[in-house]
Amino acid sequence: MSGDLNGGNTPPGEVQLTISEVSKHFGGVRAVEAVTVSVRSGELISVIGPNGAGKTSLLNMISGFYQPDTGSIVFEGTEIAGSRPSHVAALGIARTFQNIALFSGMTVLDNIMLGRHVHMKAGVLSSFVYWGLAQKEEVAHRARVEELIEFLELEDLRKQPTSGLAYGLRKRVELARALALDPKLLLLDEPMGGMNQEEKEDMARFILDVNQQWSTTIILIEHDMAVVMDISDRIAVLDRGRKIAEGSPNEVQRNPDVIRAYLGTAKTREEVAA
Amino acid sequence: MTVSTLPRLLRRNAETMASRPAMREKNHGIWETFSWAQYWAEVRDFALGLAAQGVCRGDKLAVIGDNRPRLYWAQLAAQCLGGTAVPMYQDSIATELVFVLDHAEVSVVVAEDQEQVEKILSLKRELPRLRLIVYDDARGLRHYRSADLQSFDQVQAAGRDFGALHPGFVEAEIDKGEPGDLALLTYTSGTTGRPKGVMLSHANLLTSATGFVEAEDIRATDELLCYLPMAWIGDSLFSLVLTLLVGFTCNCPERPQTVQRDLRELGPTIAIAPPRIWENMLTQLRVRAADSTPFKRSLFEFFRSLAEQAEARKAEGKPVPPIRRLGLVLGEILVYAPVRDQLGLRRARWVYTGGAPLGPDTFRFFRSFGINIKQVWGSTELAGLASLQPDRQADPDTVGCVIPGTEVRIAEDGEVLIRSAAVFKGYYKQSDATRETITEDGWFRTGDSGFVDRRGHLVIIDRARDVGKLADGTPFAPQFIENKLKFSPYIAEAVAFGDQRSFVAAIVAVDLTTVGNWGERHNLAYTSFQDLSAKHEVRRLISEEIAEVNVSLPRAAQIRRFLLLNKEFDADDNEITRTRKIRRRFVAEKYAAIVEAFYRGDPEVEVTTEITYEDGRKARLTSTIVIEDVFEPAEPAREPAYA
Repeated sequence: MSGDLNGGNTPPGEVQLTISEVSKHFGGVRAVEAVTVSVRSGELISVIGPNGAGKTSLLNMISGFYQPDTGSIVFEGTEIAGSRPSHVAALGIARTFQNIALFSGMTVLDNIMLGRHVHMKAGVLSSFVYWGLAQKEEVAHRARVEELIEFLELEDLRKQPTSGLAYGLRKRVELARALALDPKLLLLDEPMGGMNQEEKEDMARFILDVNQQWSTTIILIEHDMAVVMDISDRIAVLDRGRKIAEGSPNEVQRNPDVIRAYLGTAKTREEVAA
Repeated sequence: MTVSTLPRLLRRNAETMASRPAMREKNHGIWETFSWAQYWAEVRDFALGLAAQGVCRGDKLAVIGDNRPRLYWAQLAAQCLGGTAVPMYQDSIATELVFVLDHAEVSVVVAEDQEQVEKILSLKRELPRLRLIVYDDARGLRHYRSADLQSFDQVQAAGRDFGALHPGFVEAEIDKGEPGDLALLTYTSGTTGRPKGVMLSHANLLTSATGFVEAEDIRATDELLCYLPMAWIGDSLFSLVLTLLVGFTCNCPERPQTVQRDLRELGPTIAIAPPRIWENMLTQLRVRAADSTPFKRSLFEFFRSLAEQAEARKAEGKPVPPIRRLGLVLGEILVYAPVRDQLGLRRARWVYTGGAPLGPDTFRFFRSFGINIKQVWGSTELAGLASLQPDRQADPDTVGCVIPGTEVRIAEDGEVLIRSAAVFKGYYKQSDATRETITEDGWFRTGDSGFVDRRGHLVIIDRARDVGKLADGTPFAPQFIENKLKFSPYIAEAVAFGDQRSFVAAIVAVDLTTVGNWGERHNLAYTSFQDLSAKHEVRRLISEEIAEVNVSLPRAAQIRRFLLLNKEFDADDNEITRTRKIRRRFVAEKYAAIVEAFYRGDPEVEVTTEITYEDGRKARLTSTIVIEDVFEPAEPAREPAYA
């Protein structure tokens, strides 16, 4: 029964995101070089690779932070390469950052509420007087935010400013804020970076739960191989800007190119996990 | 009594107070209310759902999780069908769970969430009688596919279908119920050996509750926060039996971590908690006082000592001088009322402490701050409680008068014996133990030694087995000394030794929060509990605390040697019970090396401890711990409070 918890049980849906032949150069540095990946809806795909392999750059191009030099990124039939981040967010793509980017003076609740901004339609004036549509909207959004607070077990921190929270909890708040967007596609940039083992296990659990509860497509960048192998449906491996392998966790682990380029020498899975 | 089972009380409440609030649950940040009519409808639908799946008279239904309305409803649903509820500790490890579920022959488990469901599923192979697992919170369980795993909603929906075909089914089952039916099977936390299943009938529970209501003015408008382990008889008595009898409102907190805030929001009018909770509250209060500005701190300390002195005078029956009384009025405005508000006890008419004796100093502290704390005494075998302190007669040394309908007798060896209709039916499948505990003429041996004082108050000295004598013949009551020690904010737990020995020695576990906080203020870097406990600065701090405690102890009972244990006492390691009572014998055996070293006069001792992780894995920890001598035993300042 517990086997059900691991990846691989999400029914593969339609192709949701197609990244084709995308490149990004910074001066002489080829951050991303002609990478092609397609992601099905409801999938949990991990992008791994050594430092500087171009993982975050790839994510930044999807979320509109960077403009790709060449290539196209199509999300649900819409070309998004080169779109502004706000436009990408409005289409239903949310992300978290490698370095926490919360508003530290604001409470947990307000930070998550901000994630609902995309869905708010009331104008400045009616919001200011908090009347009619604005009030109704606020209540509806708050209800959704409370669901997320419950989901991520943040009840006791609602009214706390995020600046005082432990690192692992701030990461969780960031995830909540991304989820507040009701994203179809969630980009997670090292959500477990800098966490201790217990925090990592909690976070892995939350990511899986998100994936299963709302069938949210997830692209995950993560360094902890044990976690990646455990929860991913599929893995893409980048090295020096190029995609060198793609497949199920098992296939990727056995791929000689991956072992050579990324893992260095041939290691057993246990060693990799350690 | 016309109404004689819990389900009948529920039906009565659903008719006579249909729209009054029976329960509240904080959900999504909002308190949601369930009326008695809704309470009954929920219980009925769930009972129908159980019946549809073949649950019948005599079946056992276990609940495991934090205090959730549905877990209470499930217990009542089982009782509606003539079954028995088995509440369990939510933090039990797998081996404990499997023992209880197997021993109690449980056929249905209602679990709060995925965490609990997974624990049960991992044990399923060892539990052939388990037919159905029901969960409350579906999160993370979406992809489990199994016919014997169902959501609470599913069971209720099936129940409504079943009810449409069999109108009046549950009502008829309730009418078949007898007061003598087994209502609750509660496993004692067991300060000794394996847990024992205490069988309590509807009549047992209602006798205890009725006696309590006769002694105390509990009203339908009262509010209670249910946050104590559901497996503790104190919670069953209040959140299940008393609420049904009286009709007051039970409030379930949002999450264990939010209890303090929920308490403050709600301002319950009655509260019951074991000493541990009150000790924690006091500790937190002191930490916050120590962390505040020097002005606020001195204000707090000034009014605190003023209140404690006034309380001491009142206890001695002396009048408080007018100037002090004026000070108390000022203190009420500046300190006492705000503190009560912060603790969420602003509206509390009574708060009770029970389950173990509360240290007299902690007790006096709360009373002096205007919190009407009273000791109650009882046991699981007495369906909760057997005695409580009347108003205005609350003093820390007694546990008050027995409730109406209860007889008390002191055996020749000093053991307190109780006879009433609340005395349990026996230990489940352990008739030998039952015969040892209930005499032929129906007296229950409580295992506590004590006496009845001039006012008719019961005084409990200690667990009868624990009271001993020092080598020179001085009586030695370890719990009394330990409670004195635990009054120090820096000491979380302590175990005192001294029976048949020449002096008293103690194993102390420091309080990580307060000592850590103290360390921060004194530039003391530490990494872990073990590291902190090994610091000589910390040893000196505790040594000073103990020297202070010694002042209030008779010379012979003063603590001469102690050590700081390198780990906290943990229920997973069997050192304390799930209700946080020290399992003295077990600790004495486990740490025999330390005890020997105490009395050999060794300067240090090598300790190997086994640690059990939450998932049941074990690890060993070996370290050398320094034994500290407490010098300059001071003259006792006042006569000891115990006989």
